[in-house]
Amino acid sequence: MRYLPASEEDIRQMLGAIGAERVSDLFASIPEDLRLKGPLDLPEAVAEPVLRERFVTRSIRNSSPTCRPCFLGAGAYDHYAPAPIDQLLMRAEFYTAYTPYQPEMAQGTLQAIFEFQTMMADLTGMDVSNASLYDGASSVAEAALMAHRIHRGSTVLVARSVHPAYREVLRTYTKHLGFTIAEVPYGADGRLDLAALKGALNPDVCLVLAGQPNFFGVVEDLKAVAGALEGDKKPLLGAVVAEALSLALIEPPGACGADMVCGEARSFGLPLGYGGPYLGFISTRQAHMRQLPGRIVGETVDADNRRGFVLTLTTREQHIRREKATSNICSNEGLCMLAATIYLASMGRKGLRDLALQNLSKAEYLKAALRAKGIQPLFGAPTFNEFAVRVPSAEKATDAAYKADLLGGYDLGREYPELEGGYLLCATERVSKLACDRLAALLGGLS
Amino acid sequence: MSRPIEEKLLFEKDHPGRVGASVPPSDVPEVDPRTLFGDMVRGAAPAFLPEMSEVDVVRHFTRLSTYNYAVDFGLYPLGSCTMKYNPKINEEVARLEGFARLHPLQPESTTQGALELMATLQNALCAITGMDACTLQPAAGAHGEFTGVQLIRAYLENQGDARKVMLIPDSAHGTNPASAHFSGYAVEQIQSGPDGCVDLEALKARMKPDVAAIMLTVPNTLGIFEKNIAQICRILHANGSQVYVDGANLNALMGITRPGDWGADVMHINLHKTFSTPHGGGGPGAGPVACKAHLEPYLPRPVLAKKEGRYLWDRDRPKSIGKVLGFNGNFLVLVRALCYIETMGADGLKRASELAVLNANYMRSKLRPLLELGFDGPTLHEVVFCDKGLPGGVTTLDLAKRLIDYGFHPPTVYFPLIVHGALMIEPTETEPREEMDRFVEAVAAIVKEAEENPAYVKAAPHNAYRRRLDEVAAARNPRLTYKP
Repeated sequence: MRYLPASEEDIRQMLGAIGAERVSDLFASIPEDLRLKGPLDLPEAVAEPVLRERFVTRSIRNSSPTCRPCFLGAGAYDHYAPAPIDQLLMRAEFYTAYTPYQPEMAQGTLQAIFEFQTMMADLTGMDVSNASLYDGASSVAEAALMAHRIHRGSTVLVARSVHPAYREVLRTYTKHLGFTIAEVPYGADGRLDLAALKGALNPDVCLVLAGQPNFFGVVEDLKAVAGALEGDKKPLLGAVVAEALSLALIEPPGACGADMVCGEARSFGLPLGYGGPYLGFISTRQAHMRQLPGRIVGETVDADNRRGFVLTLTTREQHIRREKATSNICSNEGLCMLAATIYLASMGRKGLRDLALQNLSKAEYLKAALRAKGIQPLFGAPTFNEFAVRVPSAEKATDAAYKADLLGGYDLGREYPELEGGYLLCATERVSKLACDRLAALLGGLS
Repeated sequence: MSRPIEEKLLFEKDHPGRVGASVPPSDVPEVDPRTLFGDMVRGAAPAFLPEMSEVDVVRHFTRLSTYNYAVDFGLYPLGSCTMKYNPKINEEVARLEGFARLHPLQPESTTQGALELMATLQNALCAITGMDACTLQPAAGAHGEFTGVQLIRAYLENQGDARKVMLIPDSAHGTNPASAHFSGYAVEQIQSGPDGCVDLEALKARMKPDVAAIMLTVPNTLGIFEKNIAQICRILHANGSQVYVDGANLNALMGITRPGDWGADVMHINLHKTFSTPHGGGGPGAGPVACKAHLEPYLPRPVLAKKEGRYLWDRDRPKSIGKVLGFNGNFLVLVRALCYIETMGADGLKRASELAVLNANYMRSKLRPLLELGFDGPTLHEVVFCDKGLPGGVTTLDLAKRLIDYGFHPPTVYFPLIVHGALMIEPTETEPREEMDRFVEAVAAIVKEAEENPAYVKAAPHNAYRRRLDEVAAARNPRLTYKP
């Protein structure tokens, strides 16, 4: 077997050094009655050329946006990743390294994390960021746990317009920890209902979570949301950013009064990958940095006073504090963080803004094209690269799109019974004007 | 190259006017965001997104990469981390566009290849662990622990009482108590006996109705197989409690013995350890959870199902603990893991475990004249030494840092906590004998140096890109972002 270097002669010599006769002797500490009697119920080994064909066959039994322009977003957006990203990720020094516990021989990873933290703090308008979380959904859950530690209250008000899967993960994480999770409705324009929010506030509320943009693609008036929170025990405001590209164009949550920003940065150079691995993040104000979950890198110096980077504030973490840690997270999404760092360096401030602007423009074009065919937006508030419309039947819309070689939108009725016939469509830089026109004609022709 | 280049930070390389990626020309009219968003338009451009050419970017990260150590360089003997070789074919197949560019919410009719792959992996993991059901949703080991403990909790609650206490040995990873805590359980530590195993009498005495479960790593972090594991399972079950197995050390057991056959109820599997997917400098991993049939109704939703020859996501799972991740798990990690399993086959996986144990015992026997064992007793895939007898006042940390000068990544140090100055060594099956010999020679040389010139060892590393870094200063005055 090509991954196993030991030859029969090696084995003989190693057994000699150990003083054992057979390899099986080394397992003597496993009681006989617990040993597996036969082989594992698995197929025989497959040679590499054959196996590669098998995986190619599996891969082409899927129909991806490669051959079908993708109007499906809902938390995963089809963006282009410049070629250098994957080439650099393939450097074994990055992808076959462990968590940088020995900083003297991991400065590459550590410096990249420091750069990522800096860029994410800047993009979100915050002071500090951590080195990644699993994904956007788990970042919302971690934000809730963090807000509870800071504020002490146990009620979280989450906008109903936050991604449904994120809200579900939030409930899973907090279920047995004495939290109350309450939803704040959206108004007729698709934005968070401020009056309802004010009515729901009480001193036990530690966190208010609003999507930016929200699940309907709607850009929230986050300043107004922040303004609605008041009092001595006022809750923290958390912005949930499921489409990180929007940060290039929309006022950063930190400048709108948010206390923490969490979400999903997969759009920064990572593949759709059928749902993972993705790139959760959380950033916050300096005052709350000791409550952050996960890995954090800090700048320091070495014995020769040269700049270097280390994992820091580790007394928050499970390997030091065990059950008193701020989170149980250990392995996070290191290589995804590196991809995002390379992506942001490649795009630069101008490239990222241009790309965000093009996403906005495509979505506005699609919106207008649909309107011209009689398909109206569901909500009146402005949107970024995604928006909701009303169609006669979401299921029919998706089927019709597929038959026309398009990947259609997301059926809002699935998670929002009150929005039956609601259809969420996204347009990134990867869909053409022509594809938008085709989709509009097709949806306009449905009855 | 004689000396690595001192690479600046991205922000110090900002060169306005350069571009590192091409945004395609737009074929639709440009919209003015101000007219749409009003004062919600971003005011200041992000100052710390640098402007660089593609060449600048590629050189920057290539230079950074040279400061890292990696499995592809050599032995990476981190105990309980299973830093085995990451096969190249895995990387290739995970990048096929039909996987990499698949949207997580596409209709199942358009993702049958991906779903078949996931079902095949679930079945393989059940076969390897002796379990009945499996979820691939958890994104990492600790995430799997959390999921598994939630399953236990939901099951016990359904029986009428979620109970209060999670028993965890003192040799456990920190993630175990943290995962139990975030599931609402009080953690109670149980002491290891003199043989490094659970003290059965003490365990029996602790069996009261408040015990929800025990979390055991098998083999444990000393590399010792919990010889009474079957009896432990019976003791817990007789008390109405459950048994969680942390599969971090599954690499010792494939094809040899199965947690499901011991009586364990639920376990997680680290695909980035046992199943060769890369650690990526801190993830992404994947932490599937396998369980017995009685816990199956509680698995995170949606659950993969098959109807009339077609795979689909079953969302109608009323007893489910709910989702633990936004989408379908770290799918591209799952692709790599299945590629490894199918490469190895049943015999290859068993051989991998056998050779992992052989390698660890070889290192143990070669290092024994140089270092003192933490626990004396047979060990499997890893071995733990202690700092007793290190000459010249040299500590475990000093030895670790000096190993860097010899071109090795140090072992896991100061863990498990029950061994003083622990050095935890796991070579894995993919290390050639001569690489392990080279490591042993390095340790021998350092021990000799410690006798002759301890000050030099204590100041190590001397040849790395950086000398010892001031972690205390970093924590005291945290600088977490770049300030010009």
